[in-house]
This record gives sequence, structure tokens and C-alpha cells, in this order.
Amino acid sequence: MTLRKLVTLELAYRKLNFLLAVAAIAAAAATFLLTGALLKSNDLGTEAMVTAKVEETGREMDRLEDEMRKSMKGLGFNIYVFPEGQDLGEVHDQGYASKTMPEEYVDRLANSKVVTINHLLPALTRKLLWPESKRTIILIGIRGEVPLAHRNPMEPLIDPVKRGSIVLGSELHQSLGFKEGDKLSLMGREFTVSKCHPERGSKDDITAWINLAEVQEMLDQRGLINQIQALECNCTTVDRLAEIRKDLLAILPGVEIIEVGSQALARAEARMQAGVTAARQLASIKAHRTQLRAKLESLAELVLPLVALMGVAAVGVLTLLNVRERTPEIGLFLAIGVQSRTLLAAFLLKAVATGLAGVLLGVPAAALVLTALRGTLFHNHGISQLVTPSQVAAIVILLPVFAAMAAWLPSFWASRREPAEILRHD
Amino acid sequence: MTDALLQISALEKRYPTKWGGPVLALCGIDLTLRRGDFLALRGPSGCGKTTLLHCVGALLRPDGGKVLIDGIDPYALGSSARSAFRAAKVGFVFQNFHLVPYLSVLDNVMLCALAGGPRSHLETQARDLLEKFRLSHRLRHRPSELSVGEQQRVALVRAVAGGAKLILADEPTGNLDAENGGILLDQLAAFAADGGAVLMVTHDPAASDRAGHRRNMQDGRLTAATNDSDAN
Repeated sequence: MTLRKLVTLELAYRKLNFLLAVAAIAAAAATFLLTGALLKSNDLGTEAMVTAKVEETGREMDRLEDEMRKSMKGLGFNIYVFPEGQDLGEVHDQGYASKTMPEEYVDRLANSKVVTINHLLPALTRKLLWPESKRTIILIGIRGEVPLAHRNPMEPLIDPVKRGSIVLGSELHQSLGFKEGDKLSLMGREFTVSKCHPERGSKDDITAWINLAEVQEMLDQRGLINQIQALECNCTTVDRLAEIRKDLLAILPGVEIIEVGSQALARAEARMQAGVTAARQLASIKAHRTQLRAKLESLAELVLPLVALMGVAAVGVLTLLNVRERTPEIGLFLAIGVQSRTLLAAFLLKAVATGLAGVLLGVPAAALVLTALRGTLFHNHGISQLVTPSQVAAIVILLPVFAAMAAWLPSFWASRREPAEILRHD
Repeated sequence: MTDALLQISALEKRYPTKWGGPVLALCGIDLTLRRGDFLALRGPSGCGKTTLLHCVGALLRPDGGKVLIDGIDPYALGSSARSAFRAAKVGFVFQNFHLVPYLSVLDNVMLCALAGGPRSHLETQARDLLEKFRLSHRLRHRPSELSVGEQQRVALVRAVAGGAKLILADEPTGNLDAENGGILLDQLAAFAADGGAVLMVTHDPAASDRAGHRRNMQDGRLTAATNDSDAN
């Protein structure tokens, strides 16, 4: 006969007492793990929501920035640089400058250290009669974006038109029946239609774009341009035009500089506002989730000690009941010479075994609950994400210890009883 | 060197009460049991029989007098040593048997191992004893599966399995019919005949008559022996 055998046989004999104590410990173990999992799930959920919001905001800001860049090109938060002495009233009237300036100006700007400008688009624009088609068109010679020497290369806003190619606005290609790949003749030169723009509802619809050098040759204005479109990106500057004028006139003295339109600014401000709103939303999400976590923590602070206390109390009460039920047995053990410490060890060993059995039941129970409520309470997080091995190790060690502590008092009392007193009343 | 296994002299025990003075349960008891003695003590309820057994069995410290078992005063020992002494020297048989309900017959007999008794050959010894007491066919049975007579025989085997030479029996036949009571008394007598000593308290005149020696007890005192032949 050994202590282990005695405890094992007694556990098997008084199953109800044992099972109730195991259930109490299992409930404590499962509650501990599930509460931790709930908090962890909330943290992971917050992390995922914040990450998603940051990504979404980033995508939205990129979209707005791209939209703004494109709108700035067409709508006018653009700086137009016109030749010295150009009557700006004429520009507003006919849409382009009649005077010209050296094409070299754009290279000079590109090679300067000016920081208020991001994109340079030189052009030579004229309204003229297309002799072969008998149509008035706006002819624009472009060479694409001139890269700024001191900047990292960026994706160009406008691709250059190759020599021998022509890009047509919608009114032109629709009314004349051209499509991409068709050949046409303009002022005696042969061109291939490289692109047909969709309808834009602006003068672009009657515009033809060809290579700048070819326009210069056709108009006999070699090395000349009549505008530089300069796109300024530092759109938050309050007095941006004065700042840009100061920069550009230092490089190109005498040129005329105007800013066209304010819609792009509105968009830029809208973009900024979108950024601010997104930041506010992010802060709101974080605050809400922090509040939620605080509530969960408060709940955990209430529930965990309560469940632990109930578990410990249950083990203590059940041990006391067990001790009372076994009073004649205790009297016998002490009478036949079993030491008090052996008796105490028997009760504590039983409590530790109960604690271990409770953990062995509670951990799978928690895993089952986690699996069953994965989609609802636990935001589809896996068990391995929500429960750490250290948590399991902690309850494997701590709960049997707590069970032994709970059983200590009644066990100690039992082991110290006077056998004669028990036997006399039996 | 004396062959006295139990020597009691001037033994006194008082129980305090909440109202009034203490109750004197034992008043100057003198008693000697030698190896081979089987003494029956008779007396009415409350006369101090069980208290005497508990004092003799090193379970209840007396208020006066002396108890020597095999020449040793158990109350001169510490609590732990007294438990070990009890395990080695004294065996108890109770009216209610006090068998552990979830242990088999064999395990009940081997409980003395928990008290620090010898473990080697204990099972063999327990099996031999159970066979001697005609219980070998019940080794794996639980107490609830035995007749009352068998249960009391198991209790007796448990009392002697640890090597005790002194058996203290408290109304051992109280729950037995005449036939089973007779068997148990035969076995107690056989134990005494083998060199042990038995002190039995009983109400039962028939049980008392089977003992070699008989004494009466009244108000905590041993009175004139009934058919006293040898006991002091």
C-alpha cells in the first residue's frame, strides 16, 4: 500500500466529490485562458483595424494625390510661364501666347535648384487652319516632361509624342473618322495617329499634339516655345505665386508668370482634409478600441479573481466535506499509527491531483470554446495566436498549487485530530 | 526480564465538563497482562472501558498513573514516535470494524505499510494471514462485498499484520451473530495462545466467558473479578 495508491482508489471511490472539484478547477482554468484570449483577440483586432485603416488612408491619399496631379495639369493649379512682354490679356483671349521664348529656358529651369516646381512641360501652341481637312485646330508641339536635374526621377505626367506621330482630340478624330494607326497629312507632312483621346469637353477636343521639334519646323520657329507649364506641388503655401515668381524670375528674368484656376487648390485642400479626417478616424478607432480593452480588462479584473476564488473555495469546501465524510477513516489511520504528516500528504496529494485533472479538462474545454466562438467573439484568430504556451504552463503549475493551498486548512485540521476523540464518538 | 506485555498502575483519566467538575473516567486502575493472556472486561456503558482501551493503546494520555507496553511508556515518547510505537506494538479491533470502504481486503490488511510498517514480504505475510483466517478467496473483494463476520476477521488480520503482540478489542462481537462471534473469539484466543495478549471490553457475557480471564468494571474502577484466575 502506498500513498499514491490510497489517493487514487479514494478518488475513484468518491467520484462526485472529485468531479465537482475538478469541474471547479477546470472552470477556473478555462476562464483564465478565455479571458486572456479575449484580451489578445481585442488587441489583434485593434492592430488589424488600425493597419487596414492606415493602408486604406494611404491608398486614398495616393489616389487623391494622383487625381490632383492630373487635375492640376488640366485645371490649372499650374504655373504658366510666358515669354517676356507677352500680353496676358491676349493669352486669356486666345488661349496661348503669340510671343515666343527660347526652348533653352526650360532646360535652364530644369537644371536650377528651384524647389517649388515639380514638373516642366514646354510647348509651342498655335491655332491654325488644317489645310488638308479645312478645319481650325489648336496645334501643340510637346516634348514631354523635362526632368528636373536635382530630383529623383518620377513617372512623367505626359509622354512625349514621337516624330511622325500625332495625337488627336475627340472632335477631330470622330468628325474626320480617324483611328489609331491611320495615316494623315498635316501641312504637307505625313503623320500616324498614335492616340485618340476620349471627349474631354474642352479645347482639347479640337487639339492635335505632335512632336515639338516638328511643330517648330512646320511653323519655322526652330528652338522656340511660347509657354512652359510648370506644375507646383507645394500647394499648401499660402502665398505660393509670390514665392514661385521670386524663384523663377531669378532664373528667367522678365518672363510672365500666372497661376491658372483654384479648383486644384480646392482638391489639394480636400486631400489635406481627407488626410486629417483619416487621422481623426484612426485616432477614434484607437480610442474606441482602447476603451473596449479597458472595459475587458475591468471585466477580467472582476471575473478572474472571482472565478479563482470560487474555484479555491469549492476545492476547500469539498475537501472539508471529504474530511468530514472520512472522519472514521481518519480515526482509524491515526489509531493504527499512520503519521499526521502522512495523512496531510494524502489530502494534499489528492488536491494536487484534482488541480491537475482540472487543468487537463479546462485547457481542452477552453480550446473547444475558442474554436466554437472563433468567428464571433475571437475575430477568426487561431488558438495559437490567442493562447501562449507560457499561459498554459502557468495554469498547469499554479492551479494545482492553489488547489493544495485551498485544501490545506481542512487537511491540516484532519491530520491533527485526536484519534481517541473520533473513535469515542464513532 | 518479565514476560508482562502490559503493565498499568494507578491509571487515572478525567474528562472536563462545561458545567460542574470533571468526570473521573478511570480511578487508579492496576492491571497486568502477560503473553498468552486473554482478558475480558465487562461493565455497563460509561463505566470507562473504552477510555481504558484508549489509554492503554497510546491514543489518550492519562492524567495519572503509568502504562508500560513491552516495558516502554508510550506517553514518554513524542507524538510521531508514539504513532510509530503504536503501529509496531498495538493492534485494534473495533465493534464497527473500521475497514476502509474503497480498499480491497488485501489492501485493508496492508494499511500498516502506510504507518511505516515493514513493506518487504508484507504482501506475502498478509496473504498467509488471510489464508489462515479463511479469507484467501476474498482478497480482491471490497468490505461491502463481505459478510459482517468476514469483515471483522479482516479487521483482526489487519490488527496483527503489522506484528503487534497486544490486541485491544472494543466490543468485537457487538455486531456479529453467535456463530461469527464464536469464530472471532476462537481466533483471538488463538492469537493469545501464540504468545500475544488480548484485552477485550464487552457487554456480551457469552464473549466474556470465552476469555481466559475476566474482570468487571464499575465507575472507572476494576471490581472483583468474575472467575478471576490470573489477572491482577
